[in-house]
Amino acid sequence: MIEAQNLTRRYGPTVAVDALSFDVRPGSVTGFLGPNGSGKSTTMRLILGLDRPDTGQARVGGRRYHELRWPLREVGALLEAKAFHPGRSARSHLAALAASNAIPRARVDEVLDMVGLASAAGRPAGKFSLGMGQRLGVAAALLGDPAVLLLDEPVNGLDPEGVRWIRNLLKSLAAQGRTVFVSSHLISEMALTAERLVVIGRGRLLADTTVAELSAGSASLEDAFFRLTSGAVEYRENTTKEATS
Amino acid sequence: MTTTAPTRVPSGRYGLAQATRMEWIKLRSLRSTWWTLAVTAAGTIGIGVAVGLNSRNASADLTNNALAGVVPGLLLAGALGVLTMTSEYTSGTIRATLAAIPRRPLVLAAKAAVFGAVTLIVGEVASFIAFFAAAATLRHGIAAPTLGDPGVLRAVVLSGAAYCLIGLLGLGLGAIIRHSAAAVGVLVAGVYVVAQVIGFIAHSAAAYMPILILENSLSTTKPVTCGADGASCPDFLSAWAGLGVLSLYAVIALAAGGWLLARRDA
Repeated sequence: MIEAQNLTRRYGPTVAVDALSFDVRPGSVTGFLGPNGSGKSTTMRLILGLDRPDTGQARVGGRRYHELRWPLREVGALLEAKAFHPGRSARSHLAALAASNAIPRARVDEVLDMVGLASAAGRPAGKFSLGMGQRLGVAAALLGDPAVLLLDEPVNGLDPEGVRWIRNLLKSLAAQGRTVFVSSHLISEMALTAERLVVIGRGRLLADTTVAELSAGSASLEDAFFRLTSGAVEYRENTTKEATS
Repeated sequence: MTTTAPTRVPSGRYGLAQATRMEWIKLRSLRSTWWTLAVTAAGTIGIGVAVGLNSRNASADLTNNALAGVVPGLLLAGALGVLTMTSEYTSGTIRATLAAIPRRPLVLAAKAAVFGAVTLIVGEVASFIAFFAAAATLRHGIAAPTLGDPGVLRAVVLSGAAYCLIGLLGLGLGAIIRHSAAAVGVLVAGVYVVAQVIGFIAHSAAAYMPILILENSLSTTKPVTCGADGASCPDFLSAWAGLGVLSLYAVIALAAGGWLLARRDA
């Protein structure tokens, strides 16, 4: 369970997240949709306590992130591809994270196997492709066998086989009763993966609904998404201005 | 854990022990750590031997001469301290680290404990080997100093400790500045250039400049005196006072770095 209550965060004059409230429930994959720059990544950083909200708060499993006793055993997160030192091996990267939360060392090889990196685990991770980097990020998120997972754009850089692998993995994790919150700008992918959707634009909540509800009355989820976000896309206004000038 | 809990969750909470284990794995799993430390030690020893071979003045502070390589060695220890922190920002590892250990001062405390211990060991080893190597290579009929001579053991031990203190100063600067090049620049400019210039211009401040502390307080066997020309020469700190001042610098940098780390976005 993830609860965002009235989250607001400004960076200088820009309001990245604006009075955002939503709940993400266990047992299903919840997609987090929004145009580029709509505040998805900021929201995820606020939930993980990496950035501070100006107002409001986020709770995971009923607690603020910094109150968690063993954070990696409760929340697994994939925030960016290649968030590891290029000179360190995948195995050492995961071993360091495991040690921080008293996770048994054997779990490192287990998750390396799960993501298909067992044979590359000893190589410097800086040599990894974007897809392999994403797989290492997923391995780190799964390390503590957490009940809550947050993944920011996990299919970026993955090949079609990898995209399908992520889709099935997320669904099976949700089927086990976990809370799975996954951001994407790929609507077609969300249509295949998610049951529930949180849609934001310019940092504000536009919809907190199910895929079925949002698609109803539109030709596709994509059409419904564009109708919903049409008033909340900043770059489109700019391109219009450029085109007319 | 709600419905699935295949692994048992231990009681209690993460703390300094877990953070320290994480930082130890991170430090030792980078090949660059060991290369830098090896070059640091080799440079210190090599310069000590070169100075020993060329010593002609038997009345000089031969121990101080043997430890001449400590000054450039400290530069590498400080830079490695900076990179231990800033490389986390460059690579994005910092977000994984802070998601694992949300109580941020613990992260810096653990880094300081691990990095401080490693640089203390490497510094002492380098300092002792440089001393013995320089003593063994003295020519021109000069009698080698021994650890039993007054002040010699203190000079060798405190010079080794300087690696740890300058390394921790670098770690603190890295936490404050967060960018590798900028933080290394501030360390080098601050410790090696600006502080030296201040030392030459303002004699009353010279005694408090890090490298002058090392050269004139820590690595000496007897107090540095100015002879006949007292007016142009500052009063230097005693060895132990010098150690205290260097420690204070490291503590201030780490405290400021920890304070900022806890307050800024990651």
